[in-house]
Amino acid sequence: MKIVVLVKHVPFTLRNLTFGADHTLDRAERPGQLNEADEYAVDQAFRIARRRRDVQITAVTMGPPAAVGALRKALVLGADDAVHVLDDRLHGSDALATAQVLAAAVDRLGFDLVLSGSASSDSGMSAVPAMVAELLGVPVLCFADILRVREHKVEIGRDDGAGLRTYAAELPAVVAVTERCGEPRLPTLTATLDAHYKLIHTWSLADLGIAGHGGATVVRAVTAQPVDRTHVVLADDPTVAAIRVADFLALHQFL
Amino acid sequence: MRPVLVLVDRTATPPGVCRSTCALLTLARRLGPPMAVLCGPSDAASVALLGRFGAATIATIARGELDQHPAAARVELLSHLARRTTPAAVLVASHRLGQEIAARLAARLGSGLVSDAVDLRMGADGPVAVQSALLGAYRVESSVTRGIPVFTVRADAVAPTAAPMEPDVQRVHLNFPSAVRAVRRITRRPAGSELPPELATAAVVVAGGRGLGSRQSFGLVDALAKALHGTPGGSHTATELGWCPRREQIDQVGTIVHPRLYLALGISGSVRHRAAMRHAETIVAIDRNPRAPIFDVADLGVVGDVHRVVPELLAEISRRKAYPMISHNEETT
Repeated sequence: MKIVVLVKHVPFTLRNLTFGADHTLDRAERPGQLNEADEYAVDQAFRIARRRRDVQITAVTMGPPAAVGALRKALVLGADDAVHVLDDRLHGSDALATAQVLAAAVDRLGFDLVLSGSASSDSGMSAVPAMVAELLGVPVLCFADILRVREHKVEIGRDDGAGLRTYAAELPAVVAVTERCGEPRLPTLTATLDAHYKLIHTWSLADLGIAGHGGATVVRAVTAQPVDRTHVVLADDPTVAAIRVADFLALHQFL
Repeated sequence: MRPVLVLVDRTATPPGVCRSTCALLTLARRLGPPMAVLCGPSDAASVALLGRFGAATIATIARGELDQHPAAARVELLSHLARRTTPAAVLVASHRLGQEIAARLAARLGSGLVSDAVDLRMGADGPVAVQSALLGAYRVESSVTRGIPVFTVRADAVAPTAAPMEPDVQRVHLNFPSAVRAVRRITRRPAGSELPPELATAAVVVAGGRGLGSRQSFGLVDALAKALHGTPGGSHTATELGWCPRREQIDQVGTIVHPRLYLALGISGSVRHRAAMRHAETIVAIDRNPRAPIFDVADLGVVGDVHRVVPELLAEISRRKAYPMISHNEETT
């Protein structure tokens, strides 16, 4: 069974991030890390590997040279090898362009199951896993709070606030997991040392056979906003405070 | 004029259409005549509400696949309608199902997707979407250069305004291919009918701490959790004082939670507690101490006595549940 985990290298913190002149996030010189939801995805893959003997886990990322840091973390957490899609033309890719590259990489590797985190912490976009599935022509299970892999099918549990629902699909499939699927274990020292000897392949767009590459969206303008931090209210009158909280909950669709 | 496709979110109870759809229709009117895509029964109340918020046409379809395979069937339906009507844009509310539908639709049509738009307007060469980036520090304006633009919209950022129209209701005939049945729903557990979900995977967590003062007051936590279909929990102080069971302890050595909503009642927010709950998407804190560290991580903080605020909040929630309609000021516009 071949599991491909899609991972992303994201800035360590979103504070003081700025946009560059080309309207993309200025990530250079910023410390980065493996996207948190993707850590869970790698860990879920490793949990599957512990219960079957035929599992091969490959971590795939696309990004600038620094993104190799995310792959190293994935290797420490249990991936067997890794693929880094690195090309100058990838700078400023939108969701669809990213999904096209990742789908091509996954297709080239071959797969039974594609795992990823359900959203990235820097863009907040959760479109890529579903797009990859659509481009590969396989079913997708997004926002999996619980993941179980059977012999030929995959089952997920999802809690949208209206009760837990279970969905199933035949393999091959794409699954995007949330941070609720289970805390990743802390890697052992042996695993950390062993990760140094695992392979990281670097592929270019030409290796993937992608000739024309370009996004389908363009950013027109970026304007800084005054940050509103007056989020603490004083409850002199509990009724007013309660209405304020209820408004907030309704705004975020919890009521 | 090319239409604008709007995917309608349904409610199980009358009026049958969510507030988010009214917000989407409000934005859609700026881009072109809205065409509401109504999945499921087209009852008079839903049609009337969609007409009131400016839907020029309503495309209705009632098929079992739409209920059994919600995402795949809606992608199929929207791509069918998009190819038939070549709309100016497709608008979907940005919740989990909406995100999935929009992403797959964009990939299938080969068109650009802008997600989590907080505003839309018509630019010189097509629709322009405004996003709020980096925790609201920037406004990013983008437009789609290829294909039919697909937008997911943060409906909570938009105030719905009415613009009554007499909608033209059209029935859509579509045979779904077998591929839409790839993902099946096995079980469905309605909210509130059984035990609350496990703490680690709960979507809504309500936690109480020392500020509640006694075991009796801790009942407020359970009551609020029940009202919000959430799971109750406690800080380490609360468990050590025996106010809640040890398995409900939320801290580094207890359970680490990742809910979509975290409500902290009378919790000051020690380091070990924050380590276990700071990953929550939305955090609301109520505490007496204005300098409590929990307010640093909270999206909304209320400085006040939990014993006075929470009963009022419970009353307010039950009032709103009794009248689930769009709020009254939108009703009169």
